[in-house]
Amino acid sequence: MKTETLSLIAALAPLVGALIAGLFCRVVPRWLAAGVTIAGVAVSFLASLCVFLDVLKGAEHFFNGPVYTWMTSGAYTFSVGFLIDTLTATMMLVVTFVSLMVHIYTIGYMRDDPGYNRFFCYISLFTFSMLMLVMANNFMQLFFGWEAVGLVSYLLIGFWYTRPTAIHANLKAFLVNRVGDFGFLLGIGLVLAHFGSLDYATVFQKAPELAHATINLWGASEWSLMTVVCVCLFIGAMGKSAQVPLHVWLPDSMEGPTPISALIHAATMVTAGIFMVARMSPLFELSATALSLVMTIGAITALFMGFLGIVQNDIKRVVAYSTLSQLGYMTVALGASAYSVAIFHLMTHAFFKALLFLAAGSVIIGMRHDQDMRRMGGLKKYMPWTWATCLIGSLALIGTPFFSGFYSKDSIIEAVALSNIPGSGFAYFAVLAGIFVTAFYSFRLYFLVFHGEERFGGRKTEDRGRGAEEHHGLSPGQKPHESPWVVVVPLIVLAIPSILSGFVIEPLLYGSFFEGVIHVDTEAHGVMAALRHHFSGALGMSLHAFMTWPFWLALSGVGLAWAFYLKRPDIPAAIRRRFSFLYTLLDNKYYFDSVNEAVFAGGARLLGRGLWRGVDVAVIDSLAVGGMARVVAWGATFLRRFQTGYVHHYAFTMIIGLAVFLGLWVSFPLLFGMGAQEWWWRWIYAR
Amino acid sequence: MSSYPLLSLAVWIPVAAGFAVLATGADRNAALARRIALAGAALGFLVTLPLYAGFDTARSGMQFEEIHAWIPHFNARYHLGVDGISLLFVILNSLVTVFVILAGWKAVENQVAQYNAAFLIMSGLMNGIFVALDGLLFYVFFEASLIPLYLIVGVWGGPRRVYAAIKFFLYTLSGSLLFLVAILYLFARSGSFAILEWHLLPLALHEQVWLFIAFLVAFAVKVPMFPLHTWLPDAHVEAPTGGSVVLAAIALKLGAYGFVRFSLPITPDAAHELAWLMIALSLIAVVYIGFVALAQTDMKKLVAYSSISHMGFVTLGFFMMSALAIEGALVQMISHGFVSAAMFLSIGVLYDRMHSRQIADYGGVAHTMPKFAALFMLFAMANAGLPATSGFVGEFMVILAAVQFNFWVAFAAASTLILGAAYTLWMYKRVIFGAVANDAVRALADLSGREYLILGLLALCVLGMGLYPQAFTEVMHVSVNDLLQHIALKKY
Repeated sequence: MKTETLSLIAALAPLVGALIAGLFCRVVPRWLAAGVTIAGVAVSFLASLCVFLDVLKGAEHFFNGPVYTWMTSGAYTFSVGFLIDTLTATMMLVVTFVSLMVHIYTIGYMRDDPGYNRFFCYISLFTFSMLMLVMANNFMQLFFGWEAVGLVSYLLIGFWYTRPTAIHANLKAFLVNRVGDFGFLLGIGLVLAHFGSLDYATVFQKAPELAHATINLWGASEWSLMTVVCVCLFIGAMGKSAQVPLHVWLPDSMEGPTPISALIHAATMVTAGIFMVARMSPLFELSATALSLVMTIGAITALFMGFLGIVQNDIKRVVAYSTLSQLGYMTVALGASAYSVAIFHLMTHAFFKALLFLAAGSVIIGMRHDQDMRRMGGLKKYMPWTWATCLIGSLALIGTPFFSGFYSKDSIIEAVALSNIPGSGFAYFAVLAGIFVTAFYSFRLYFLVFHGEERFGGRKTEDRGRGAEEHHGLSPGQKPHESPWVVVVPLIVLAIPSILSGFVIEPLLYGSFFEGVIHVDTEAHGVMAALRHHFSGALGMSLHAFMTWPFWLALSGVGLAWAFYLKRPDIPAAIRRRFSFLYTLLDNKYYFDSVNEAVFAGGARLLGRGLWRGVDVAVIDSLAVGGMARVVAWGATFLRRFQTGYVHHYAFTMIIGLAVFLGLWVSFPLLFGMGAQEWWWRWIYAR
Repeated sequence: MSSYPLLSLAVWIPVAAGFAVLATGADRNAALARRIALAGAALGFLVTLPLYAGFDTARSGMQFEEIHAWIPHFNARYHLGVDGISLLFVILNSLVTVFVILAGWKAVENQVAQYNAAFLIMSGLMNGIFVALDGLLFYVFFEASLIPLYLIVGVWGGPRRVYAAIKFFLYTLSGSLLFLVAILYLFARSGSFAILEWHLLPLALHEQVWLFIAFLVAFAVKVPMFPLHTWLPDAHVEAPTGGSVVLAAIALKLGAYGFVRFSLPITPDAAHELAWLMIALSLIAVVYIGFVALAQTDMKKLVAYSSISHMGFVTLGFFMMSALAIEGALVQMISHGFVSAAMFLSIGVLYDRMHSRQIADYGGVAHTMPKFAALFMLFAMANAGLPATSGFVGEFMVILAAVQFNFWVAFAAASTLILGAAYTLWMYKRVIFGAVANDAVRALADLSGREYLILGLLALCVLGMGLYPQAFTEVMHVSVNDLLQHIALKKY
């Protein structure tokens, strides 16, 4: 089959599933809703696989063309169209694979939920939207997919719409993303204004010509067009990929059911920003300023969000902060012009982070929907499969040699070390320190959940917090069980690429895989060339790792976690008391939420009320409109006094009027040297 | 071309049907009145379909023209015609009338015949506004259409209906008096009431400026533009659901239509001179009104303010004077017709059950009205400008055009992405999500078949336009291009 047909099938199959499960969600039985959506995603996965194998054969098998003309206006044509190359095909494969696993997992996870069919509809709709995003061949469709995944994310975070926290979180997620989209749309507008098209191919082709173009934004200062465009686009990426300071929505998104945390808020949607910047590499390469910004923001996110993972007690939130930190790593790689490395980490991260989330979900099922790690411990005995796969995921995450995460993360660190753009020094420090932090919080989670004393079963009725019916936890004497096979099998299937997918490093980064797809200006940013120079094969890289800093940093992180949470649990408590200021800062997430809530949300509400009451009601309605009515009324009252009804009053008024006019008539030539009529006409013509 | 006088039919069928409905008399014949009204509205809509089918998208100038003598002494003629700019509004208006008649099926129980007749007559008159090519005829339709709307608000409205109706009437009337002066001046200068001749009439710049200001006041009240907007929230709050729907979906478009039919082509140089003012006022509408909408506690007021904010995009688009901007503005007008109609109908669905528009009285409606919640979500998202809904298309076009015009104009306009989402979804959250707020919400019944039909059809319109706006923009291209070429030429 042709690439075009295959990609159309890949995109539309999940949509069909979603429509059937969604439109008839109250009619179709559960097995049908699950079956039809899983079948849709499975078809999509197979089609993506075929597409992937196709594009592997070489650039002549790429596809770039419109599907239909969405709209024409003026000189512009906006189309829905696909660009299928190796980057797209990789993303399609990752998205559909993780989505398929999550679909299967959902059968078990959502088994008792009344919104079962609706959930399947949403996640299939998400898969469709995400595919439209990665397959786009123009900015318009990219924005379509971009907003559509945001919509589904909104719907899924608020899936349990009775919980106040969930509906607060989903509104917050949507609005923070909209702040990013605000920049993104302006970036798209600048692209259209200066390139005359929204098609990737046209824009990228024209980019070098405009490399030194400037635009005048404010006063007399000229700005580099490329820098402004790239910064605007990157603001969009910051929203979607949760980079500081637009990261605040992601931890709260954990209010959604766990399968979507794995699919949307770890593996796929949040990496859309990373994908987008990699896709736009021909533009970003032309702006060193934008790249510096990208790297700095990424480095801040990678390190400082990692710290927050240390103080969380909710198992999902630890993984969420870890996701933020890993997204920071990817962003740093983008800043270093190592786009392919970012995509590589995106891929390995999708596997092991989806695995970690789904494992966390399995733990949550085992704990009867208790997510607090302080009430877990020793689960290894009860949930062996979950334990084993979670361990694999954690090892991959901290970058253990031979695991997938090692290859991608180590490449990022190497790339940053070799980069020399402004900010790379700080970024190198951040990603190195981040290694230690990642290892520490990951194994804190691991030890708290799977080892040590069994702290569960002591849950009293009164500490059932929000949404008591969902969060019942284990009663005294109850033991956790391993989850059903529909939950465990996806874990095992995801564990395989979490270990092995690192071995594609050679073709992916140093072969011709991304040739002609990702554009790097090797003269200015020679990071990838230098990396290739150092590269000594996948096995050699792992063996070499034992003699490098990152490995020992990770090992010491694990060791410290072991010491703190298994050997001497009193130490963390003592540290917390000792450094209470630091702990409070971390526990309050650097006060981002409080500031946003007070300044932006509160400020906007206050401003709205002020403008409404102060301007609309007070000035316009009362003063202007009401005032006009009062003037009319007052004037009428005044004039009414003359309507006395006495003839002699009227006669008297007439006489006065006549006298005044006659007086003017007579005195006018004396005063102005001309007749009144003449003066009047002169006045008119002077206008 | 069709030999039937389609435009006359589109204007007079609803009016005739309106009088037929009136003839049914008192409320004991209410059922008959409703059926005649629905049949009249449906027929009125059906005769507009051949207009779209037979419209030649490649031809410039007016199509389906009808010219008859009317008042020879004043050289005023009964001259109808549509171009790519007005065509879609005739169809939209006729379609919305069907929805409005259906929406009032159960909700209105007193003076049924008069209620339905008012809507039908108004629908015909509003079609007349869009198709009239004679200034005097336009003015007659423009003024006459005020009367039914005034009655709808004043008779079937809420507790403060008289205040709202009078405020609405005085605002629009005072605006249109200046309009009357303007067309009389144009008649005096040209000796004719033919709008198309006025387009070609050479006018000095100061004449143009005065005419432009007269037009501006008349149309700015209707759109409404800041600071002449405060009548709209009051009128919406007091109007019955159908009244709000027509007010938002059609009546606001009359002002905007006036800008493209009168201000731009008749006074192009003044429009260029004063574009900065129009753009500034439009941006105030988008940003300022966006914040004001955020503070509303009454659902209808909130949507009314959001209407003003969305109409800001229309005037913004017109006065940036590029093809993308003007077509974007026209698309935004059509889309706003669908979306605001849907939003007001949705609020009407809730109001019919709870008799409250206060957000605070609701919460957790999704539990008892899941079908409604799903459709309302779609409309809320369209109101927030989500891609694949109609609400996105116009805003997208205008924002893209604004970047070409001036980056900071685009910057201010794009703030709607955040503000629009904030006020719409915050309201949605408080009304639909959450735990069931009270017993009244617990007792709510989900959509009836009739309501489901209306909102479902609107949902199809919203999605259809979002997925394939080409069907809408392709009829506009030639007319918009002609307009642009015309206004690029100096008139003096």
